[in-house]
Amino acid sequence: MAEVTMKVNGKAVTKSVKGNTLMTDFLRDELRLTGTHVGCDTSQCGACNIHVNGSLVKACTMFAAEADGAEVSTIEGQSAADGTLNVIQQAFQDHHGLQCGFCTPGMVMAAASLLKENPKPSEAEVRDYLEGNICRCTGYHNIVKAILAASGQDVSAIAAE
Amino acid sequence: MYSFDMVRPTSVADAVSALGQEEAQALSGGQTLIPTLKQRLASPSVLVSLTGIAEMQGVCREDSGDLAIGGGTTHATVAAEAASIYPALAKLAGGIGDPAVRNRGTIGGSLANNDPSACYPAAALGSGATIVTNTREIAADDYFQGMFTTALEEGEIITSVRFPVPEAAGYAKFEQPASRFALTAVYVAKYADGVRVAVTGASENGVFRWTEAEAALSSNFSPDAVAGLSLSGDDMISDLHGTGAYRAHLVGVMTKRAVAAAG
Amino acid sequence: MPKDHGIGASPKRREDVRFLTGAGNYTDDINVHGQAYVYFLRSDMAHGKINKIDTSAAADMPGVVRIFTGADFEGVGGLPCGWEITDKNGAAMKEPAHPVLAIGKVRHVGDPVAAIVADSLEQARDAAEAIELDIEELPAVVDMPRALQADSPLVHDDLADNLCYDWQFGTDTETTDKAFAAAAHVTTLELVNNRLVANPMEPRVAVGDYSRANDESTLYTTSQNPHVIRLLMGAFVLGIPEHKLRVVAPDVGGGFGTKIFHYAEEAFCTFASRQINRAVKWTSSRSEAFMSDAHGRDHVTKIELALDADNNFTAVRTNTHANMGAYLSTFSTSVPTWLHGTLMAGNYRTPAVQVNVKAVFTNTVPVDAYRGAGRPEATFQLERVIDQAARELGVDPIALRRQNFISEFPYETPVAVVYDTGDYVATMDKMEELIDIAGFPARRAESEARGMLRGLGVNCFIEACGIAPSNLVGQLGARAGLYDAATVRVNATGSISVMVGAHSHGQGHETVFPQVVAEMLGIDESMIDIVHGDTSKIPFGMGTYGSRSLAVCGSAMVRATEKIINKAKKIAGHLLEASEADIELKDGQFSVAGTDKSVAWGDVTLAAYVPHNYPLEDIEPGLEETAFYDPSNFTYPAGAYACEVEVDPETGKVTIEKFVSADDFGNVINPMIVEGQVHGGIAQGIGQALLENCSYDENGQLLSASYMDYAMPRADDLPHMSQYQVDHSCQTPCTHNPLGVKGCGEAGAIGSPPTVVNAVLDALNSGGHNVAHIDMPVSPARVWAAING
Repeated sequence: MAEVTMKVNGKAVTKSVKGNTLMTDFLRDELRLTGTHVGCDTSQCGACNIHVNGSLVKACTMFAAEADGAEVSTIEGQSAADGTLNVIQQAFQDHHGLQCGFCTPGMVMAAASLLKENPKPSEAEVRDYLEGNICRCTGYHNIVKAILAASGQDVSAIAAE
Repeated sequence: MYSFDMVRPTSVADAVSALGQEEAQALSGGQTLIPTLKQRLASPSVLVSLTGIAEMQGVCREDSGDLAIGGGTTHATVAAEAASIYPALAKLAGGIGDPAVRNRGTIGGSLANNDPSACYPAAALGSGATIVTNTREIAADDYFQGMFTTALEEGEIITSVRFPVPEAAGYAKFEQPASRFALTAVYVAKYADGVRVAVTGASENGVFRWTEAEAALSSNFSPDAVAGLSLSGDDMISDLHGTGAYRAHLVGVMTKRAVAAAG
Repeated sequence: MPKDHGIGASPKRREDVRFLTGAGNYTDDINVHGQAYVYFLRSDMAHGKINKIDTSAAADMPGVVRIFTGADFEGVGGLPCGWEITDKNGAAMKEPAHPVLAIGKVRHVGDPVAAIVADSLEQARDAAEAIELDIEELPAVVDMPRALQADSPLVHDDLADNLCYDWQFGTDTETTDKAFAAAAHVTTLELVNNRLVANPMEPRVAVGDYSRANDESTLYTTSQNPHVIRLLMGAFVLGIPEHKLRVVAPDVGGGFGTKIFHYAEEAFCTFASRQINRAVKWTSSRSEAFMSDAHGRDHVTKIELALDADNNFTAVRTNTHANMGAYLSTFSTSVPTWLHGTLMAGNYRTPAVQVNVKAVFTNTVPVDAYRGAGRPEATFQLERVIDQAARELGVDPIALRRQNFISEFPYETPVAVVYDTGDYVATMDKMEELIDIAGFPARRAESEARGMLRGLGVNCFIEACGIAPSNLVGQLGARAGLYDAATVRVNATGSISVMVGAHSHGQGHETVFPQVVAEMLGIDESMIDIVHGDTSKIPFGMGTYGSRSLAVCGSAMVRATEKIINKAKKIAGHLLEASEADIELKDGQFSVAGTDKSVAWGDVTLAAYVPHNYPLEDIEPGLEETAFYDPSNFTYPAGAYACEVEVDPETGKVTIEKFVSADDFGNVINPMIVEGQVHGGIAQGIGQALLENCSYDENGQLLSASYMDYAMPRADDLPHMSQYQVDHSCQTPCTHNPLGVKGCGEAGAIGSPPTVVNAVLDALNSGGHNVAHIDMPVSPARVWAAING
């Protein structure tokens, strides 16, 4: 067991973890932040995406011990304190970018990373960036739409091109 | 996962000493190792994380003109920081896995693992890179020794990789539709003393150089130069996603496209 | 202006907020104090005889609570099959035992051999490695024709052979043979409908929680139909009466059919929790899901189409082998028969249609319903053979389809169903408009200029949804009714809880169902909540599958709401001192026709619960009504899809360049949700056509056992927004349910696979490659092999 200290969604936490404790287990079991989901065991589906020091990371493929000293943010930290959805979350709702909701936290976290790196992505860039996020419900159409809309672009104009 | 301890040394020296422990294993980005651990296919007693070692981080151009990349440098960093120096390599790095994987996976981890379908081995072999470890320097031609096998000794750490920067280079990857690893991919680099062609994803023996194509391209660096060449599918990987013959065919097509991409 | 509320509007989904903020409550998010964890030790052999399972060393490992094997389930029932098929000779299908944990033999990779319950999952896994298994490997059979040979290994030793049933349906053999003998042209194709894994993103989870205080078991599970699980598990497996068994399916992360069925892990967790008096939790890993979730499709078919000299279809005959896997999953037997054979007429007035199906046991994971279930298999055969006939005859595939369309309704097909309504010309017209047929030659020329081949594929389909009249399915062998139920509970202040038998796992019922009730009552949707997924809260309903939620459960909800309105009018009549017959309900106000006298919704509901001024002599207080609805027929959504692909002749890679759908779903309650369902269905259909392949080697080892080898469609596999359109403007309302709805959940998955394959073949043939068929998934390697064949 080793002690780790990190900031999760702005709040400092210190816990003892085992060497093999994954970030997914740490968040879900230790911190009860169950919005980070586990959809595969081969690091492909992206349902567990979080941000570590501002970078998009698959929480299922990182040990909690490696996040010692890091700033971590999860889906639970994306909306405002009063519950107001952030611009990406709101776009997902506006454009029906989710159905069962299981992949959604990872999608929202990936979208946030994309828009930070590339504030006005093309549709092709959005689709390419989502390579590590699998959704089985939506066919991605409305997810792509939501992300483009969240970037402030005119979605109907893009669709009409 | 089996249980193990985790240490996070901050220097190569400390990492080397940690790796001297019984059943110790290096953890670089973990993007391949962690899924393996989940399946209980490895049982280290201690994992030595290399991600906290500052001296293994970063991309720089050396006085010789070569590009040096720290062994612990992530694919995302290479994609961003090598772009102005060695664009084909940066592009390759930017196409490995997905954005989250690129933020954790490292060049040293990829080369140490030497997955037969990984991208970096093609770039290293295709560029005639030098693999620098804590004890020595290994030429790429000597480093890759077959699928998941390298010249690395137990406990040896890739501290950096040195790439001679070519006049032109290109990488063409045909993706396996599920894993998005290379079903077959070809890296082509043109140097003053000739062209190197490295193929990944195809062979049962891991990454290899296609010497006939190198000869043809050295005299005429254009996609047409390889038109008449072909490889046998006999030693190629044959699986759910394609036969050996298909992969052998793709080597030709991807070589052409890599040359075209090199411009 | 589109409506902003009620039927036909697209309000934002209310369930989204919890999912977008990480506040969803999925089964794996549920932890019961003191729970133990179970790890299933699964067979790594496809077929083997269990000589001995020695758990003694493992039982002493740290944290181990108890280890269970098949022997612990002596006297406990096996997992039941919910549908009995009668074969063509009148005999009942073969129905082998399906133990919770393997007894005597293992029959597929993934068959659970032992269950280790421990304080932690890792401890359970450690102990699993200490179990000594003596399993003698037996030859496995994977290939269906091989399984039917006399010398094949037997999956079940107590059965005479591996044939579950040999089923024949539709037109009699003499008539069918005559039609073929008289044909001017016969087109024949042999096809594989590839085995798929449903892969909802949430893996299955089960938490069994026994309470000694009241001898009650609760099962939290990832299910599409909690009452079905309670019925099957309580009555057939564990012998727990319904009032002592509660099944809760909370937020469920997608189902697509694979979460309909009752699984061993659910029964195990419920059983083990009673045994050890402690909650037991199981969370499937994705790798485990590949070998324990029921798979889908896996048909091998020969289809023949007979045409007369004028290209009228005169007969269709199919011979299909349907893989059942090693055991009969819950609804497995109905899929290749009643959900498949009845659709073999398609949209066409073919006078003779004969369907033959042999269901076969193999050493593979059980196969059951997956999105579309039987209907995609039927559509694929028919629409592929029609396309091939058009090519052989040198006629336009669209014209050939149009010429043979059914155009008068109701229409009784030779395969027993009666299509109540439809307009196949309208959807075909719409599809042609959306794909811009006229512009195709120019687009093809542009692709060819870049060295690519371009093809256009079309497809028409019909499905039977809203499953279905109970008395009919009972005659056909269903062992359950297929009605649904809703309770509308109006509270004193006028707010409403609607308890429904349908289960929402992505479909947005919590948003859509209130739209209907709000429209009927003229009140705000925000006053209405939907309750689903908990047998202790909802009436007995059959859950969600087969595109049935609105058509069946929605109809029950309408009937219950009508009862509410009738009673509320009586109350209002009393309050307004008017005859009930003169009371009108509009915009949440009850008024007396032709007067300005009115009373608000909330005053009536308050009166129902505070009945001081109330017609107690005539009616009871309270305002709560339940309705069970049993449909009189299936619904028949239909559509026409088109797709354009580019094929790279150098690599064989296919890309979808354009895709459009024109669906007729009847009336549409929420267009946004309907389109979302179609998007998802199309992606799964494109996945089946181009990417997905669940593959076994000849020894029964699963080759595609993770996302490393099973290709899930991703965002960059699908067409861009500007080249993609889904349309549901052609609407012929269902004639026999109160909402006129037909169901939209499966259409995309049914309509798209043949569309894509037809387009690929069109592209190849346009390039001079004379290819009649490529099996799905139409992978680059297969296309390249076909080109170079």
